[in-house]
Amino acid sequence: MLQFTRWKTIATLAVCLLGLLLCIPNFLSKERFDALPVIAKHKFGLGLDLRGGAHLLTTMDLDELRKDWLGNIQDEVRKRLREAKIVFTPPGIQNGAVNVRFPKPEDTEAGLKALQPMAQSAGNALTGATGRDLDIKQAGPDFLTITPTEPALNERATQAIGAAIEIIRKRLDPDGTKEVAVQRQGRDRILVQQPGVETEKELEAIRNTLRQAAKMTFHLVHPTMTAEEAKQTRVPSGYMLVPATDRGPAEELIETRPVLTGEQLKSANPGFDSQTNQPIIQFSFNSTGARIFGKISSENIGRRFAIVLDGKVISAPVFRSAILGGSGEISGSFTVEEVNRLSTLLQSGSLPAKLTIVEERVVGASLGADSIEQGKRAGMIGLIGVAAFMIFAYGLFGVFAVIGAALHVVLVLALMSLLGSTMTLPGIAGVVLTIGMAVDANVLIYERIREELRNGKTPLSAIDAGFARAYATIIDSQLTTFIAGLLMFALGSGPVKGFAVTLTLGIITTVFTAFTVTRMLASWWVQAQDRRMVPAPL
Amino acid sequence: MKFKGFDFFPHNTKWKIISWRYVFIGVSWALAIAAAGMLYGRGLNYGVDFKGGTLIEVQAVSGNLEISGVRDKLNKLGLGDVQVQAIGKGNEALIRIGQQADEKAQAVAAAKVKAALGDGVAIRRTETVGPTVSSELKRTGIYSVIAALTGILIYVWFRFEWQFAVAGIVALVHDVFITTGMFSLLWYEFDLATVAALLTLAGYSINDTVVVFDRIRENMRKYKKMDFEQLLDLSINETLSRTVLTSSVTAVAVLALYLFGTEAIHGFSFAMLFGIVIGTYSSIFVAAPLLLYFGVTRDTVQGKQDAAAKSVKA
Repeated sequence: MLQFTRWKTIATLAVCLLGLLLCIPNFLSKERFDALPVIAKHKFGLGLDLRGGAHLLTTMDLDELRKDWLGNIQDEVRKRLREAKIVFTPPGIQNGAVNVRFPKPEDTEAGLKALQPMAQSAGNALTGATGRDLDIKQAGPDFLTITPTEPALNERATQAIGAAIEIIRKRLDPDGTKEVAVQRQGRDRILVQQPGVETEKELEAIRNTLRQAAKMTFHLVHPTMTAEEAKQTRVPSGYMLVPATDRGPAEELIETRPVLTGEQLKSANPGFDSQTNQPIIQFSFNSTGARIFGKISSENIGRRFAIVLDGKVISAPVFRSAILGGSGEISGSFTVEEVNRLSTLLQSGSLPAKLTIVEERVVGASLGADSIEQGKRAGMIGLIGVAAFMIFAYGLFGVFAVIGAALHVVLVLALMSLLGSTMTLPGIAGVVLTIGMAVDANVLIYERIREELRNGKTPLSAIDAGFARAYATIIDSQLTTFIAGLLMFALGSGPVKGFAVTLTLGIITTVFTAFTVTRMLASWWVQAQDRRMVPAPL
Repeated sequence: MKFKGFDFFPHNTKWKIISWRYVFIGVSWALAIAAAGMLYGRGLNYGVDFKGGTLIEVQAVSGNLEISGVRDKLNKLGLGDVQVQAIGKGNEALIRIGQQADEKAQAVAAAKVKAALGDGVAIRRTETVGPTVSSELKRTGIYSVIAALTGILIYVWFRFEWQFAVAGIVALVHDVFITTGMFSLLWYEFDLATVAALLTLAGYSINDTVVVFDRIRENMRKYKKMDFEQLLDLSINETLSRTVLTSSVTAVAVLALYLFGTEAIHGFSFAMLFGIVIGTYSSIFVAAPLLLYFGVTRDTVQGKQDAAAKSVKA
C-alpha cells in the first residue's frame, strides 16, 4: 500500500504541477493575461456578486403568444371559408381554441375539408415527436374547433424566446462590447446579466429596454371621421380607436389592419429635422416594405397615416406625395434621448411578447471587491487555523495534510479555470469549507494509524493499515456530501449553484489529495527512515 | 524529524452511552419539539429570496450611519413595511422593503428609497424578487432538501442494512430540523444561502454517523460473542476521537468564514457551524442508540455476510 510506484509519483506530481500552472493565469494582470498563448488562456469567471453588475430575470408572457396565434388562426379560418364559399357564423375564441359554427349543418364537412390544410407538421425533429401544429376536428353536428397543439405551442415559445434573446442582446449591446449575457432559463424565462451596471439611471434604462415590446405598425387613419365623432356615434367596422401620445387629438381612429409592420424595417437612426431642428427618427424599409409603402402612399395622397408603437400612435403625418424610396422619418415630440432609445429598439426588432422583470439583483463594484478581499482573508485564516490544528495534533504528518489541503485549493481553482466556471461569493465559502473537509480525510487516516499502533502493530504496518482501512470510510463520507452537492447544482439557482460548483469540485480534489499527495509524502518519509527501524510517526 | 504531534484526545474512553440513551434521546426530543414549536409559533425570518420584496445594502460615504434617521426618512415614504437593520461596523445597514402591488411599483419604491437616502450613503447591493419567483424558490428549496435526504438515504441503504439507513436519516433530519429551529429562535434571515448550508449540512453530518456505523459493522464481525449494547458502546468510544476531531477541523474553517466573511454569508456560516455541532452530537449520542430501536441484532449483519460467503463458495 505504501509502495508508491514511480509512475504514480510522476503522475501525482504532474497533476499538481499542472494545477499550479492552470491557476496562475487567474492572478495575472490583464496585459500579462492577454500576452499568454491561447492554450494557457484559461481562467474562471467572476460572478456578478464579486465583480459588480446587474442580474435581471424576466418572464415572457406566453399567454400573449397563444392569443396572438389564435387571432391569426381566426383570420385564416375566415379567409379560407370565404374562399370556399361556405356560409359560417363569425369564428370565436374559447378555451384556447377557435370555434366556428355553420348555420347549415351539412356544410360542416365541407368546412372541415377547407380548413384541414391549415394544419402543418410541427414538433421537434430531435425528439422525434412530430405531429400537426393544429388539431382541427368536428366537435358537434354544426361546429368545428381548431386547437393549437401543446408541442406546437412549446415550439413557438422556444422560438419566441430564442428570438427575444437575440433582440435583447442587440438592444443592450448593439456593438457587442459590453459582455452582456442573455440566457434562457426554464420554460419562459430569460436571464440578463450585465457587469458594471449599478446606478439607478443605468438600471432604469435596462428595465425600459426589457419591458418595451417595440411593436411598430403603420395604419391608415380614417379619411373623414375624427376620433371624437366615432366616439359619439360608433366606431365603423374595420377601424379602431388608439390613444395618441402625439400632440393633437388624444385618440386616433385608424384601420384595424396595419398596412406595414416593423418587420419590414431595414434601419432606424436618430437624426434632426433640417427645418425645425427637432430630434427625429429616420427609417428605411426593406425592398418589400418599400414597394408596399410606395404603393400605399401614392394611392392615398392627402390622407393621414398613423405610426403605432406598442398600441400608441406616436406620429400621424399626411402623405404629401408618393414615397417611393422606401425611407421616411418619424417626428413626434421627442427628446434626443428618446430618439436614441427608440431607434435602437426599432433597429433591433420587436419582442414577440411582453417581458416582465421578476427578479433583480444588483451588486456595486466596491462591494464585490470587498467580498473578494474578505473571502481571501477568510480563506487564508481558515487555512492557517486548520494548519495550526493539524500540526499541533499530528506533527510532521499534520504538515503533510496541510500541504494536501493547500494543493486542494490550487486544484479546485485549476479545475474551475479549465471548465470556465464562475466564482461567486458562495463559491468562495465552498472553497473555505472544503479546506476543513480536506483534512477530515487525513484525520480519519491518522486516527486509524494511532489506533493500530496502540493495538501493537509495527509503525510500518500501522501506516499501511491506516491508509488502507480508512479508504472505504472516506469514500462513504465524501460521497454523501457529493450527492448533496450534485442536487444543489441540478436544482439550485444563482447563489446555490455557485456554491455547489466549488463544493463538488472540492470533494473530488479532497479525495485526490488525501489519497495521493499525503500518501506520497508519507511513503517518502518512510523511505527516508532506516528500513528495519521505522519510528512511530504519530 | 520525529515531531509526532500531541495526541491530546483521550483514548480508551468507556462512556456508557447506550445505558444513558434515554437521556440523550429525551434531550433530542425536547430540542426537536422546541424547534417545532418555534417554527409553528413564530415561523422563519424569510429573506427576499423567499418572501419577495426588495433588499438594499447601504454604506455611509463617511463616518457612521444614523440608523434612526434613516428609519424616519424611509417611514415617511409610505411604502408599507420598511425595515432598517444596522450591520458591519456601524456604517452599513440593510433596508428591506415589503412586496408592493406589482413589479413596476416595486421598482418605483426601491427608486424612492434610494432617492430619499440622498448622497450621504452609497448603495452597495440591491435585490428585488417578485412573488412568482419567491414562491418558486421556496418550492425548489424544499424539493432539493427532500431530494438530498432521499439521495443520502438511498446511498446509506445501499452501503449498509436498511436499519442503519433509517437511523442515519433520522439523525440527519434531527440535525437539519433543529438547525432550522435555531434560525427561528435567533430570527436570523433564512434565504437561499441558508438552504445551501442545510443541504451541505445534510451531506456532511451523515459523515460522522457513517464513521460510527462502519465501526459497528467491523466490530460485529470481530467480536462475535459480545453483547450488542456493549458492542455499540465500544464502537462509539473507539471512534470518538475521529468524530470529534474531524468536526473540529471543519468547524475551524467555518469559524473563519463566520468571523471574517461578508454579511451575505453570515447566515450560511452560522448554519454550518451550528449544524456541525449538532451533527456531531447526534452521530455520537443519537444515531447509534437508535439502531437498537430499529431492531438491529447480530443477525442483521451476520446473516447477510453468511449468505454472501455461501454464494461465493457456491
